[in-house]
Amino acid sequence: MDVSEGIRCLERGRLDPEPARVLYEEADLLTLGQLAQEARLRWNHDPVVTYAVDRNINYTNVCVSRCGFCAFARPEGHPEAYVLDQETLVRKCEETLALGGTQILYQGGLNPALGLDWHLEQVRLMRRMGLHVHGFSPPEMVFMAGQSGLTVREVIERLVAAGLGSIPGGGAEVLVDRVRRAVSPIKATKDEWLEVMRTAHAVGLKTTATMMFGHLETPAERLEHLFLVRRLQDETRGFTAFIPWPYQPAKTTLPGRPAGSTTYLRLLAVSRLVLDNFPHIQASWVTQGPHIGQVALHFGADDLGSTMIEENVVAAAGVSHRLSRSEMIRLIEAAGFRARQRNTLYEPVESQGEAPP
Amino acid sequence: MMSTTKNPRLALPSLLLDRLRDPALREIGRKLAGGGQVEPGEGVACLESTDLCGLGQLALAVKRVRFGDRAFFIANHHLNYTNICGNGCRFCAFHRPAGSADGYAMSPDEAARRIAESPVADLREVHLVGGCNPELDFPYCLDLLRAILRARPGVKLKAFTAVEIAQMAKKAGLSHHECLVRLKEAGLVAMPGGGAEVFSERIRQRLFPHKIGADEWLSIHATAHRLGITTNATLLFGHIETPAERVEHLIRLREQQEESGGFQAFIALPFHPANTLLRDLPGPTGVDILKTIATARLVLDNIPHIKAYWVMLGAKLAQTALHFGADDLEGTIVRERIAHEAGAHTEAGLTVEQLVDLIREAGCEPVERDTFHRPVESSHGRE
Repeated sequence: MDVSEGIRCLERGRLDPEPARVLYEEADLLTLGQLAQEARLRWNHDPVVTYAVDRNINYTNVCVSRCGFCAFARPEGHPEAYVLDQETLVRKCEETLALGGTQILYQGGLNPALGLDWHLEQVRLMRRMGLHVHGFSPPEMVFMAGQSGLTVREVIERLVAAGLGSIPGGGAEVLVDRVRRAVSPIKATKDEWLEVMRTAHAVGLKTTATMMFGHLETPAERLEHLFLVRRLQDETRGFTAFIPWPYQPAKTTLPGRPAGSTTYLRLLAVSRLVLDNFPHIQASWVTQGPHIGQVALHFGADDLGSTMIEENVVAAAGVSHRLSRSEMIRLIEAAGFRARQRNTLYEPVESQGEAPP
Repeated sequence: MMSTTKNPRLALPSLLLDRLRDPALREIGRKLAGGGQVEPGEGVACLESTDLCGLGQLALAVKRVRFGDRAFFIANHHLNYTNICGNGCRFCAFHRPAGSADGYAMSPDEAARRIAESPVADLREVHLVGGCNPELDFPYCLDLLRAILRARPGVKLKAFTAVEIAQMAKKAGLSHHECLVRLKEAGLVAMPGGGAEVFSERIRQRLFPHKIGADEWLSIHATAHRLGITTNATLLFGHIETPAERVEHLIRLREQQEESGGFQAFIALPFHPANTLLRDLPGPTGVDILKTIATARLVLDNIPHIKAYWVMLGAKLAQTALHFGADDLEGTIVRERIAHEAGAHTEAGLTVEQLVDLIREAGCEPVERDTFHRPVESSHGRE
């Protein structure tokens, strides 16, 4: 099979693994970009690109998982170890509201000192302040279930009762157990990750899915990941968006150099082509910087992510980019699209805060 | 050495043309395939197209006709010999007035020492530019070239923008021609393309009224070309110029090349606002930068090389630009100051290995070159 046959397969309908492999490995970068953009415009014909105003709050950096790619985690008792207290949480939420933010991306390490009741109390607090809580990636859910002796379903139901609004797709890394054993052996397995998402969708929560690539996985394993989440989405329709980003090696223990922009854009484009049942594909300006983050809007992405009022995990690995809301809007418009603020569920929101200068 | 040849005939697969979403780009593609030239209105249509990948496909097809999948780079060292400058251009964060505490000027010996100690092993070129420093006279400029050549006899000297040439000729009471003849005798073989900014009197009046305008810049380059000195050309974009003014600039370069033929490469320089008098402007976005590079490739059908200058673009955007018509990543550079003073967050230098990795990852074939874009045996290839 060659690239033109791959394109014909795509035009006939669903992309199977073999044509996906041929396109991913052999098509030119710009051909992938054009195909991805055509697919994006079929899903979302309006030339609208969405963005969110939210704050990333990491409730603790204490983590027993010790993944090789992570520069954020600290062991218990480490001088830099922290757990966020309620007073600080309230202040961060107030600042978010003042900037027109609507949601909190709430995640943290696997910290044995924090029980489910503590987490429930924090969620109630954010919810009472009127914020949508997009929180607890699948490894955190699995960890809380193990700690509390409850099932994952029971943990999710209690968090939902406390006000959890949706679940972020983090901790997926690459959904291939060979890779996970090498880079994150203690964390949730591929099946556990998928099961958390299946359960969340079953109780009516929406979630995102992610992939952190560019470490020990092969190109074929990246595609395997895409087909796995596509199959689950066929079943549940609970994923709102897919967000791939490359592993950032500075200050972590895994070897290697970061994937470049062409590797990123190719993967982004092929994600749009394979994930024909995902409404949104998100660009990662946090890892790519504003230039390539914006360019990604022409390689299949229709969402520029969020302003990330506070981002600690990628910054801990030595990458730091800042974008104000007005700058996000400018990037979207300069790329030829209309900008629209959204919430976590990808619904439009009336902007409340003043756009910072 | 002078390469004025036009692009070979473009063969565009109909599949590529059919896939262009923007009808204006399809029209331009058909015209190029028929041997036509991009006219001003069409250049503006390229800059304003919302089909970024489609525009890139056209520029890449033109680039491939000349260079296939090759992408060039050079082991070079940039040296900014002085930051003292009386021109006061509003877009510049590098210059200091005479007498300023952080103003500097390197003696020829100091410049030579830096080049002698350059970490670049197989150094092939020294790129030498600086401010228009009233304290430095023409003999200083000649000494600077000679001292560097004594320190590294094999290197090629690409030195002095047309702005600096105009200033030294005036001070020495020489014609541009005489000035360039003497510089050539002292070892200058090529000139960088800086100081062109935007060929628009409207913009010159507003941003750089004390500096030479388009006519003088072009005439100095034409003089250099007649002396066998190859030169580059630049465009500083993304500040107050209009798309039409950008394209007009490219067309004037194309016309000059038709006449004098010595332009080797074109470099689109995105404006960096930090620490300049225009710091309230945002600077061009990634999409705009890629469209400008692609449009330059399409308009400049008689200038062989289009650079993705990674210092200004960042390594990520420069790598992607290799798919948008650029064929050259410039070089190792080592210590660039002008863009960095204006807030460029890029590295100060890249190693040959890093440049090779960037090019290979982009799916291109790295070719180490000399100042004249001739392939050289690369240090990285000797394994």
